[in-house]
Amino acid sequence: MSALLRIEGAALVRGGRLLFEGLDLSLAPGEAAHVTGPNGSGKSSLMRMVAGLLRPDAGRVERAAVALADTGLALDRELPLGRALRFWGGPRLAEALATFDLERLTEVPVRLLSTGQSQRARLARVMASNAPLWLLDEAHGGLDRDGVARLDAAIARHRDGGGAVLAASHVPLAGQWREVAL
Amino acid sequence: MRLVAREVRRALAGAAWLPVAFFLLVATIVPFAVGPDAQLLARIGGGALWIAALTAALLPIERLVEPDRADGTLDQLAIANVPEEIVGAAKIAGHWLTFGPLLLVAAVPGSVMVGLDGAALGRCLVALAIGTPALAALAVAVAALTAGLPRAGALAGLLLIPLAVPLLIFGAAASGADGGAALKLEAAVALLIVAGAPFVTGAAIRAARS
Repeated sequence: MSALLRIEGAALVRGGRLLFEGLDLSLAPGEAAHVTGPNGSGKSSLMRMVAGLLRPDAGRVERAAVALADTGLALDRELPLGRALRFWGGPRLAEALATFDLERLTEVPVRLLSTGQSQRARLARVMASNAPLWLLDEAHGGLDRDGVARLDAAIARHRDGGGAVLAASHVPLAGQWREVAL
Repeated sequence: MRLVAREVRRALAGAAWLPVAFFLLVATIVPFAVGPDAQLLARIGGGALWIAALTAALLPIERLVEPDRADGTLDQLAIANVPEEIVGAAKIAGHWLTFGPLLLVAAVPGSVMVGLDGAALGRCLVALAIGTPALAALAVAVAALTAGLPRAGALAGLLLIPLAVPLLIFGAAASGADGGAALKLEAAVALLIVAGAPFVTGAAIRAARS
């Protein structure tokens, strides 16, 4: 099967500093990679590069459709969560709401959500999009034990269904991950 | 269309009345500043309304693009393959819908403040109807150019006002008597601004990412 993500010899310079160069990485369906590295090593920039928001200064990035969960909530603060998520649509929104236990929060305005609830909302948006490649930037941050279990289960199901995951995280991740150290 | 609806909803939930209230306030202080001479007021009234409209257009700039940049909405739209130019065009359309018509309505009491008669009010309304889409387009483009910068509000004012000068010249002239030729020139300037602004906005949004 063809790869969902193929990075060849990518280099990225941010603010005059070389974050990484000669980076090769490819993810086939069902595969997942865990990007590690100290603060400021370029994990988030790598995510944004793969998402197409930053252009690599060298090398190439080819990828399938992606969904990104990073620090940006990208939900209208005044809207109830259900409507705010519906703006982004996605064929699997109902399933995503159930997966992350957000169904009872759909009428709550986004601005009243806690850190962990906001994180669940970001992940629900990723899952709802039905994109084959998930980019999760510190996705476990702010989640309680139940939230972590739900995320791990969602990742496992996504991979079983032929999806791939690229995750940047400081915490060890459950399951089989390829390590990518920056 | 959903982007336009989103802009309209956000503006209405925010303070869409604020620029209009500001417009009326500026129109109100003109007679205080130049005195109650009805003839003088009627002569400068059209121009005064245009200055009021221009300053009112500055007010909402900080909420037009920056919140969407800061909370990642612009990034998610890019990931969803929505071209930045479409985002810009939707923002302009949504902003005008909550700014232009309200301003035209406010221009009616505003014209009373600056002593315009019925015919002059009619000319002024036509000129403003043509000019407000361009003001909205300039506001969105400048908002995108300054999004994420420190002191963006003041910088936006410095950027927008010079860019709006051609519009102001022809718009104010079209509001006066014998303004037919000026009205055509105003329409030409407005068309140019409205057509170009989505591309400026799109480029600015992309540039802000790197």
